[in-house]
Amino acid sequence: MERPIIELREIRKDFGNVEVLRGVSLSIFRGEITTVIGKSGGGKSVLLKHIIGLLAPDDGEIFFDGRNISAMSKAEKNAWRRKISYVFQGAALFDSMTVFENIALPLAEKKRMPRRRIREIVSGRMEQLDITAIGEKYPSQISGGMKKRVALARALVTEPEIVLFDEPTTGLDPIRKSAVHAMISDYQKRLGFTGVVVSHEIPDIFFISQRVVMLNEGRVHFEGTPRELEASEDEVIQHFLKGIETPHDALTGLHTPTQLASRYQAEMDQHIRHSTAFSLAVFTIENLEGIPGDEGRVTGQTVVRNFAQELRRHLRPSDTCARFGMDRILAVLPNTGRDEAKNVLEDVLARMDKKRIVEREGARSSCLSVRAGVVQADEDSSIQDILEKAQEAGAGVMVRSVC
Amino acid sequence: MSGVLAILAAPFAALGRRFLGLLAEMGRMFLFFGEALLHIVSVPFSFRRTLDQVEFIGAQSIFVIALTALSTGMVLGLQGYYTLVDYGSEGLLGAVVANTLIREMGPVLTAVMVTARAGSAMAAEIGVMRISEQIDALETMEINPVRFLVTPRLAAALVSFPLLTAIFDVVGICGGYLTGSMLLSMNPYLYFYRVENSINLHDVTGGFVKSVFFAVVVIVVCSFSGYTTHTRQGGFGARGVSDSTTRAVVMSCVLILVFDYVLTSFIR
Repeated sequence: MERPIIELREIRKDFGNVEVLRGVSLSIFRGEITTVIGKSGGGKSVLLKHIIGLLAPDDGEIFFDGRNISAMSKAEKNAWRRKISYVFQGAALFDSMTVFENIALPLAEKKRMPRRRIREIVSGRMEQLDITAIGEKYPSQISGGMKKRVALARALVTEPEIVLFDEPTTGLDPIRKSAVHAMISDYQKRLGFTGVVVSHEIPDIFFISQRVVMLNEGRVHFEGTPRELEASEDEVIQHFLKGIETPHDALTGLHTPTQLASRYQAEMDQHIRHSTAFSLAVFTIENLEGIPGDEGRVTGQTVVRNFAQELRRHLRPSDTCARFGMDRILAVLPNTGRDEAKNVLEDVLARMDKKRIVEREGARSSCLSVRAGVVQADEDSSIQDILEKAQEAGAGVMVRSVC
Repeated sequence: MSGVLAILAAPFAALGRRFLGLLAEMGRMFLFFGEALLHIVSVPFSFRRTLDQVEFIGAQSIFVIALTALSTGMVLGLQGYYTLVDYGSEGLLGAVVANTLIREMGPVLTAVMVTARAGSAMAAEIGVMRISEQIDALETMEINPVRFLVTPRLAAALVSFPLLTAIFDVVGICGGYLTGSMLLSMNPYLYFYRVENSINLHDVTGGFVKSVFFAVVVIVVCSFSGYTTHTRQGGFGARGVSDSTTRAVVMSCVLILVFDYVLTSFIR
């Protein structure tokens, strides 16, 4: 098995009489996004602070790339810490400095670099994150979403190997939340850093994470992929997931993935018992990353929301749909064979009000398209298997441009 | 029996705990000062930030210092004159005003005024940085927060306090001249003659030594108070910052007066 880039073994931490961490052991692997979930006040942020060294454990060991940090010299420890960046919950921008100075600070203070070079690097990062226009503003003059982006730019300016995010979407509206998730995912893919995200946004955060760690009662209760977590029948996990679940998807107002999964299961039971046909439709909105401008990702997520609303308007009342990824929507079409489903989709896509979908400025300037695929569910396979099949399936795929 | 003893001992135990707590805090403050001082001499020296602080602590305080000095000098001139005239020695007014100002009032009042103006702002600013995790953010960037926040202020105060004290002394002496000579018709030549005659270098250096000590007291107490906002009970949010600011100002002023006595008894 691959060696974890960060490994925590039996970490314990008390604050006064409160035992926050009671022996946490977990591994974080290179190039992945690991999400830490758990109840509020359950020690998730405390865990992150142990990784970056803001807090020291009362007991237990931390390994960086297989080496125990307690055996490292101070210089080695610092060298390691330099590879890690931390994005604070409240952004923690320096309010007496401009956005530009904030981002430049880690370079200006730590790296002996000529000023011109610093300016180049910072400008490059600002351009990547679409915040060039606010360089001279102070943190109090910009919006919450912008602050998150500035904080991310500041964290990424030193080209870290590991980025820790402490509840990056707290206090944002659903569209901006999704936009921040899209941003983390995009940059992770582009820059290849290892991400650790503390988040409450379930299931949205699962769309971008490869691994999930669930803390419960100061210990790791679960460690695995998002799929394994959702499939788990463990009582504590199910209780937690149900407790956090909203009646509707916050971004689109559609059903939640869990609701869709149970609908799918019900249809599958019907299918097995009475061999009624039913189909699954997968809609993927393509080229969302291509939307330019300062608010590109917000525009992208607005398009997803508008598309979902149009879809709900034109699908039949018996159909159930839910968001299953940053840019993907899944629909269960009961009593519908594959050919009929194709006709339904053709019809739905034709009737959609394209202008409404791309109403937001910026969405019109790039060429977006919707890829729709149909899979007839005729075997006892899981929704994820069908989803993969639908992605691969050449047949039944139609692409409609909405630009 | 032991129960009665425990009850009797309780107040002493509480007093002892408090004293030990205070001692521990003093110790931490001293280490904090040590760290800030160490970074003044380590490279690279943050010249730009220090200059900004000289502007904030020093230059921006000149007006308020001059105003305080003028009124103090004028009051000293007035009170001194009325007291001395009873003994027929009003000619000594210049000596009285200059000595009082240079040895005591100058350094003490300058320090108190700078505490009120810059010290409170410093405690509040660092306190807000603490509770909004900006100090943690510095640490995650491997920037030493004491070096980044406290050292430039300490260096700036070490430069500014003696200069502000000098301004206080000069303006104060002129204030004494205004009341003594212009208002109460004392011979101006005599006033300045006495000023010049009664002051020796030892007094002037003594005043400056005090002002350097006060600079350390004000910066260390105010910065430390803001820096440790989160460690105090209820030290979160606006309330925590306001407590830190109050604490910083009160503690600075008390320590200035205590140190003034101690230093006076050593210097003289």
